[in-house]
Amino acid sequence: MPFSLLKYGFSKVHPSERHFQNLAELKSSYDVVIVGGGGHGLATAYYLAKQWGITNVAVLEKGYLAGGNTARNTAIIRSNYLTPEGVRFYDESIKLFQNLSNEFDYNILYSERGHLTLAHTDAAMRTSRWRAEVNKHLGVNSEVVYPDELAKLCPHLNLSQKVRYPIMGALHHPPGAIARHDAVAWGYARGASDRGVEIHTHTEVTGFNFENGRVIGVKTNRGDIRCGKVLQAVAGLSSEVSKLAGFKLPIKSIPLQACVSEPVKPFLDIIVVSGSLHVYVSQSSRGELVMGSASDPYPLYSTRSTLEFKEELMMHLLELFPFVGKLKLLRQWAGTADMTPDFSPVMGITPIQNYYIDAGWGTWGFKATPVCGTRMAETLATDKVPDLIKPFELERFYRFDQLGERGAASVGH
Amino acid sequence: MGDNFTMRLPKPKGLYLDRSKTITFVFAGKHYQGLQGDSIASALAANNERLLSRSFKYHRPRGILTMAGRDANTLVQVEDEPNVRADTYAITEGLEVFAQNVYGSLENDWGRFIEHIGRFLPVGFYYKAFYKPKGIWKYWDTIIRNFAGLGKVDVNATPYASDKAYRFCDVVVIGGGPAGLSAALQAANAGAEVILVDENQLLGGSLNYVRFNSNNSQTLLTREKLVNAVTNHPAINIYTNAMCTGWFADNWLAIMCEQRMLKLRSQVVVAATGSIEQPAIFRNNDLPGVMLGSAAQRLIYLYGVAPGKLAVVLTGNDDGYGVALDLIDSGIEVQAIVEMRTTPSHSSLAAAINAKNIRILQGYTVYEAIPGAGKRSITHAVIHQISSEGTVNENSHKIACDLICMSAGYTPAAQLLCHSGGQLKYDEADAILKVTQLPAHGQSVAAGSLNSVFEIDAVLADGKYAGWLAATNAGFPNNEPANVPHHVGAQGQNYPWPIFPHPKGRDFIDVDEDLQVKDIVNAVKDGYDDLELVKRYSTVVMGPSQGRQSALNNMRLVTKEANRSLNGITITTQRPPYSPEFIQHLVGKAFQPVKHTAIHYRHLECNAQMMSAGLWLRPAYYGNPENKDTCIEKENLAVRNNVGIVDVSTLGKLEIRGPDAAEFLNRMYTFAYAKQLIHRSRYVLMTDSTGVIIDDGVACRLGEHHFYVTATTGGVDGVYRNMLRWNTEWNLNLDIANVTAAYAAVNLAGPNSRDVLSCLTDDIELSAQQFSDMEVRTGHIAKIPARILRVGFVGELGYEIHVPANQGEALWDALMKTGEEFEIRPFGVEAQRLLRLEKGHIIVNQDTDGLTIPQETNMGWAIAQKKPFYMGKRAIDVMSARSLDRLLVGFTMPSDAPLPEECNLVVNNNEITGRVTSVAYSPTLKSIIGLAFVSPDQSEIGKQFNIKLSNSAIVKATVCPTPFYDPENKRQEM
Ligand SMILES: Cc1cc2nc3c(=O)[nH]c(=O)nc-3n(C[C@H](O)[C@H](O)[C@H](O)COP(=O)(O)OP(=O)(O)OC[C@H]3O[C@@H](n4cnc5c(N)ncnc54)[C@H](O)[C@@H]3O)c2cc1C
Repeated sequence: MPFSLLKYGFSKVHPSERHFQNLAELKSSYDVVIVGGGGHGLATAYYLAKQWGITNVAVLEKGYLAGGNTARNTAIIRSNYLTPEGVRFYDESIKLFQNLSNEFDYNILYSERGHLTLAHTDAAMRTSRWRAEVNKHLGVNSEVVYPDELAKLCPHLNLSQKVRYPIMGALHHPPGAIARHDAVAWGYARGASDRGVEIHTHTEVTGFNFENGRVIGVKTNRGDIRCGKVLQAVAGLSSEVSKLAGFKLPIKSIPLQACVSEPVKPFLDIIVVSGSLHVYVSQSSRGELVMGSASDPYPLYSTRSTLEFKEELMMHLLELFPFVGKLKLLRQWAGTADMTPDFSPVMGITPIQNYYIDAGWGTWGFKATPVCGTRMAETLATDKVPDLIKPFELERFYRFDQLGERGAASVGH
Repeated sequence: MGDNFTMRLPKPKGLYLDRSKTITFVFAGKHYQGLQGDSIASALAANNERLLSRSFKYHRPRGILTMAGRDANTLVQVEDEPNVRADTYAITEGLEVFAQNVYGSLENDWGRFIEHIGRFLPVGFYYKAFYKPKGIWKYWDTIIRNFAGLGKVDVNATPYASDKAYRFCDVVVIGGGPAGLSAALQAANAGAEVILVDENQLLGGSLNYVRFNSNNSQTLLTREKLVNAVTNHPAINIYTNAMCTGWFADNWLAIMCEQRMLKLRSQVVVAATGSIEQPAIFRNNDLPGVMLGSAAQRLIYLYGVAPGKLAVVLTGNDDGYGVALDLIDSGIEVQAIVEMRTTPSHSSLAAAINAKNIRILQGYTVYEAIPGAGKRSITHAVIHQISSEGTVNENSHKIACDLICMSAGYTPAAQLLCHSGGQLKYDEADAILKVTQLPAHGQSVAAGSLNSVFEIDAVLADGKYAGWLAATNAGFPNNEPANVPHHVGAQGQNYPWPIFPHPKGRDFIDVDEDLQVKDIVNAVKDGYDDLELVKRYSTVVMGPSQGRQSALNNMRLVTKEANRSLNGITITTQRPPYSPEFIQHLVGKAFQPVKHTAIHYRHLECNAQMMSAGLWLRPAYYGNPENKDTCIEKENLAVRNNVGIVDVSTLGKLEIRGPDAAEFLNRMYTFAYAKQLIHRSRYVLMTDSTGVIIDDGVACRLGEHHFYVTATTGGVDGVYRNMLRWNTEWNLNLDIANVTAAYAAVNLAGPNSRDVLSCLTDDIELSAQQFSDMEVRTGHIAKIPARILRVGFVGELGYEIHVPANQGEALWDALMKTGEEFEIRPFGVEAQRLLRLEKGHIIVNQDTDGLTIPQETNMGWAIAQKKPFYMGKRAIDVMSARSLDRLLVGFTMPSDAPLPEECNLVVNNNEITGRVTSVAYSPTLKSIIGLAFVSPDQSEIGKQFNIKLSNSAIVKATVCPTPFYDPENKRQEM
């Protein structure tokens, strides 16, 4: 029994420690207004306060705290990307993640499980090798493995050759992990709130005020406020909010669905992804299989669920794990993925002065929450875009200078 | 057989039972007998066994709660199936049922000691500990994971068979209770084709087990009449044992039957899914012996089992009196009715109870249930007088009982409605959640208690009205039923605050997740005061029953703790499925299409090793896998020195016809097609709007207005989609057809190919002068009408012959037979890849990637600079105006060098400058050859660059010009 729990048992009243304040009133002005109280917005607020001492900050969230994609994602964390820029970026995130529980004093249930990207075709094997080679070159632990090794890494995986798409091998990435997605957002919210950042939920940004091409204020459903700088971090609604600010993003919003089974005793430790079969699965600490697929085939802002999604997904799941037929699906849901054409995010400055952007996180942005938070905080605080995130600037699309991550990002969130 | 069970009730109770058949089964290691029709739980109850499971966190004993398959208390493992609902799962002879999530045995589960440390496990405890010192979580994680989880997946289980079926109807009615039955009847009478779906084995819903008035015979008569009328109606199709689990956009429903999922599309949906009875909250309200009033009634009426011997009925509405009457009728002694309301009930049910001199404690609640040995049963109810909302005073009684039935109110079973846009809001006046918005844009109706109508005559009328409206909206106008009691509400159905926290706790809000009142209160104190946040932080309503018995009380508690008003509050988002779905049911017969070319079986006869190419199967090579390399080498040499034949039927094929065909190609592809001569072919290269190469092939001009265009096997569907989309925008005068599978094609290649072909045609002149490279002819090969293309992917004299797919095999046979004297050899994809590499041709997606523009692969020649537009032009113009950062080059290495793998990196001073995209040992050239991306300063011919092998060793490669083989193209142009 850990010591930290003793106080709960021995004190008469619950040692109440409100993790974040819900404030009644908006102030008339803030140094920084962050639009979007998801993981990214909250992390940026946290690092602004913690690393840069900037605390006159408001995070405005139109729904409940971190209820967007942060609340809906399947929490896969990995750095086995394809471009050196991507690998370096996500690797920094993993390193931050590994220390986050202790930094927060709040357990984010970071569980290093290892991550397999299965290959069923020559082409997928080539991509696996490409990723492994780039990863290894940059000091990230990834290796191509073959069926004999797979049998050890994932004992119940169906390695039969008598299936439609037999498994030829996989990219094995031992640092692959899952974490409790909500806890990450709450940890940041608590840390930010403790340092004076104001978090206003049920507060929707409806427009912006400008002066000489600079943003100077934010309109909300609770009135106008003035501000020095704005960070837009609204994921699925990126294009809509940037429209309010008057610029266009090369981002499409596409539904992304996921589902969980009823909880069962642990039988799957590692995270398994198959791009060819459009399926990924991990078993959560609660015992549920957490499963997902590629994004839906068309843009949409609704977060409805579909039947086709799970029919297709379950078919492929059964090919990988033929014995789960009698397990039951408990719940399905959807979020809205903000997809860029090159499957890399957008971070940094925008055509509008003092207006910063953090978008294009598509199906893969949860894992970037810490690194994006620190680096965007740095950008806002110093007015200089750090080298690590420079390649992800919005400008790249104006120059056709894309950062191609499709091969590493499409299904394997 | 004689009825020798002590708890078993005589007929007519036990609607589901066939009393002539006794069934023996095993539960938790012991043998029991039940009757045909019993569920596991009812059979155990008939044997006076109440303990069904252990709870998720504290391993507290649990028994029947709902008797409707709606709670986690009855989860057991049946053979290889985890998380089976024991209260609805029918027993069969020899069935083996196990307890799940227990350590030791169900009776003696040492996991129960967790309860003793429960106070050290506050809500969200895992967020508050287990991470210090750093790294320790890894160990705790494993421990906690093993404690979590419920049943077990059997990793050796074999898949069972199931399938799917499609249904269509005008009106679907979900729920076969009084509202649903009358809706179905009304709609069918109006002429609509109706499907009626119910999760139970018998139609009737609450009519089967609820006592609507003191003299129950009326209810039974209504049931007889309705069920008969519905069953005999020719326009009503009935599905029982069928659970509608999802209601998706456009009235698309998923319905789970025993071995099959039905997918149903209906014009209009009538939701008559009823309501779910809610528990009251008091100490030990989770133990075996405490159940919903409706659970007791289901046990009695459906299974003919007495739910206990000595009962206390806790009620906050009139239904509790009905429960008491049913108990009394079943010979159970009702010790008291504990009535939470302060004013006496005036219902006929209450009058009947009064007439029987049953004690009614007005304004009281059960405050605590006293557990028996091992908490596996209860012995007393401790009753206190209610002093104010949620609190009690010292006036108390202790009443002996082994059964407490709870009738505290209902919540609409509105999950399905909410899946597709329906909404619920809390109505403070009636203390109930009400449907405030229906889904499906007017193509749906709610009826019965789902619609907050509870009194039986009103329910029947409401159903009728719903049937009328549904039929009308589905296009079957009929007369509106008269006397619809729209004013009848849910008043008095719900006791507004049946939550009585106890200082010593164990007052469970959510039995699935073992959450007590204090857990919810503390979650709010910790700052998680939005309903959604409480849910996520505490996991309330997230268990197997998805909040059916907990959402209502939870929202009451949370809003009170957070000082918010309940009125108008909506519940957390409802997501499909309504009830857990077997993964196998969702899969049915897995549909994984395979495409065979017309020549498929000839390949198998030649011992081809097949490989997947998209949906197609193609020969990788011919021969045994042990000799793979020699086979490929022989195939390669046959083409180089003699003649080979390869099935290229999987190539994409598109017919583009119309006056604007050339203009269309000019826009879709980078090259120029306006002046292309008839009977000639030309390379096509497609880029996307960012200038990235996405496909290639050739365009054959067969007429002024007719092009026959090939695309890659994997790319053709995307190319075709792209073409359709753009032509919709451009609206050019042409027609596009994807004829990929309509043609079979082979490539006959090698110096002797002309000799073979000349034996098989008399209408095509084959000489080099008459039919030169890059020309196209139509004519006959072996009497089969054919399109013949002289193309040279493999770099030898060659003919690509396209014939109608049904003649593919005949073509193959003719070529193979005629080729016999030349020792013709079939070759596969592997040899083809090697041959094209020798010739320096790229394969799109292997030698290109998601960012490759034509200039990087030396294909600037394939771009018509002067064209005003082609897809990707703007991007390519922008990018080619600046220097490139990589180039695709050919390279060689000595034959004894270690063979790099494709995608090994090209490095320069530890910096990644590119990668190997294709590499192989060439038996013809007797050296290693390959293609690689390198930086421009590494690209000079004759220069060396470094390749980093998978084992990190560095090897040197030399840039050399391509083609590696026959650079003058003499062999191809023969
Ligand atoms: C089903 C699913 C599975 C996923 N799986 C993974 C995974 O395994 N690994 C991974 O790394 N990533 C995954 N992702 C992606 C990941 O969830 C997101 O990229 C990430 O959460 C983005 O975080 P965010 O804070 O930017 O966005 P969000 O959490 O969406 O936060 C944005 C917030 O902005 C708010 N907002 C929008 N407009 C306004 C406005 N006008 N005013 C005020 N507030 C506004 C929204 O309400 C929202 O709360 C998944 C996503 C989904 C949907």
